[in-house]
Amino acid sequence: MNIEVRDLHFVYPTGFEALKGISISIGAGEQVALVGQNGAGKTTLVRHFNGLLRPASGSVFIGDWDAARCSVAKLASRVGYVFQNPDEQLFSRDVGTEVRFGPRNLGYPKEKADGLVERALSLTGLTDKVEINPYDLSPTWRKMVALASVIAMDTPVVIFDEPTTGQDAATIARIAHVIAELHALGRTVITITHDIDFCAENFDRVIALSNGQVLLDGPAGEVLGQEEILARTYVEPPQLTRLGKRLGFKETVRNQEEFLAVVARSAR
Amino acid sequence: MAFVNLQNVTYQYPLTKSPVLQDITLQIEEGEFVAIIGPNGAGKSTLCYALGGFVPHFFKGEFSGMVEVAGKKSSDATLDEWVLTVGLAFQNPFNQISGAKYTVFEEIAFGLENTGVPREEMKSRVEQAMAQTGITDLSDRSPYTLSGGQQQRVALTSILVMQPRLLVLDEPTSQLDPIGTREVFGVIRAMAERGMTVVMAEHKMEWIAQFADRVIALKDGATLLEGTPQEVLTSDLLTENGFGISRYTSVAREARRRKRWRADVPLPVTLDQAAEGFAFTPPS
Repeated sequence: MNIEVRDLHFVYPTGFEALKGISISIGAGEQVALVGQNGAGKTTLVRHFNGLLRPASGSVFIGDWDAARCSVAKLASRVGYVFQNPDEQLFSRDVGTEVRFGPRNLGYPKEKADGLVERALSLTGLTDKVEINPYDLSPTWRKMVALASVIAMDTPVVIFDEPTTGQDAATIARIAHVIAELHALGRTVITITHDIDFCAENFDRVIALSNGQVLLDGPAGEVLGQEEILARTYVEPPQLTRLGKRLGFKETVRNQEEFLAVVARSAR
Repeated sequence: MAFVNLQNVTYQYPLTKSPVLQDITLQIEEGEFVAIIGPNGAGKSTLCYALGGFVPHFFKGEFSGMVEVAGKKSSDATLDEWVLTVGLAFQNPFNQISGAKYTVFEEIAFGLENTGVPREEMKSRVEQAMAQTGITDLSDRSPYTLSGGQQQRVALTSILVMQPRLLVLDEPTSQLDPIGTREVFGVIRAMAERGMTVVMAEHKMEWIAQFADRVIALKDGATLLEGTPQEVLTSDLLTENGFGISRYTSVAREARRRKRWRADVPLPVTLDQAAEGFAFTPPS
């Protein structure tokens, strides 16, 4: 499902203008990473996609729905949003009930809901934890519960707000796998992240926000190489991109294979 | 005698079946900057809590062994005495913000108010600490209207302002933007240069390699490896045990396997080392 954002402005009640005219177009099935400094407006922007925030002016369309005219409950059938802080999201007494809440609330038939819950639990590695109270799990596992409870809703658009924060290598690999699975199913995935290496390795398109405006928007290989412009929003290129640049590579390398391919060529 | 001294620390939370820290012994010198790394569940946060006195004073549970800082044992002190020596910044800043204050300035002054610091000194210390962490412009905002990363800087500042002799940080940059992360590491390094002792649980290997003096790798509540960043972060044991490593180290290891990295050059942990090593790539 596509998302169209046109000249979106948003002002918090304190008078702080968090979004200053954002226009972006995200196609169905795209994998987009949203980067930028703390307070740039990343979370404010995506909270317009599921109706938690309403535009001061401008518009947001989720498919053919004008988000400003839809209730949060209605938008929940199209947009799943995984909060940055899982404690703002979780409320059930055990993991199984928590993950089942979303699909049940959307009115899916029992068999479909069962299948979705099972898939979400297995993708997130929670199958053996269904009976545990989420608050007896570590914060890092609670993030996976929050993630599972949203992907179980099987929405065409899924938003992750800093999914890799505080996670170890194995869990980050698991999250990358979840995103790849959603991609294979044709879902539109939007991920807010400060983990630029994760961003480079898992997303084709990167949008950089700065002070409520779009600073850069394009293929990851182009955006992540713009060291000077990215610095304006406190973002640095990925480790291997910086290393390639230091070594005088002409092209922007994003991952290990691209890096080693250039090394092999230049050694010839 | 080391400034921080842990002897055979074993700890089990209430209502759990197995200890999360198992026989940890370690010494840290005054002014040292030590990074604690490990997969989720390795015991990093619990070790931070043990240094901060929250284990066992606040969390209860079964504790054995000894935690000693500046010659005092945590078992002989109450938590309100202990926090004068040891400052702990929580993993989730939201859990740390008092909820009793309307502005960031007041929030940062909270600890000083409670320890009876005179008003004028309090004001100048708060202003100085906010300048150090780059949050002066947030001074009049409510702590609850900030972004996650801004809240995290406030939480860190409210501990720094206390000027603890031992600073314990549980993933203090997890929600910060990339350049902000590097800046905060720089601020903490500067604190260590001035004699503050720092223990930091972190996943970000690039900055650990550049800023920390020593790295302790925890696995299942016990010390797996301990040494300089160079020694620990290039060890094969890390990847075998589910630790993340920097892209510099992993790409050089793969290059070495393909004979594109000289066997006699140690694996890199920083950008500078990687650039230097790859500049000497042997011709095929």
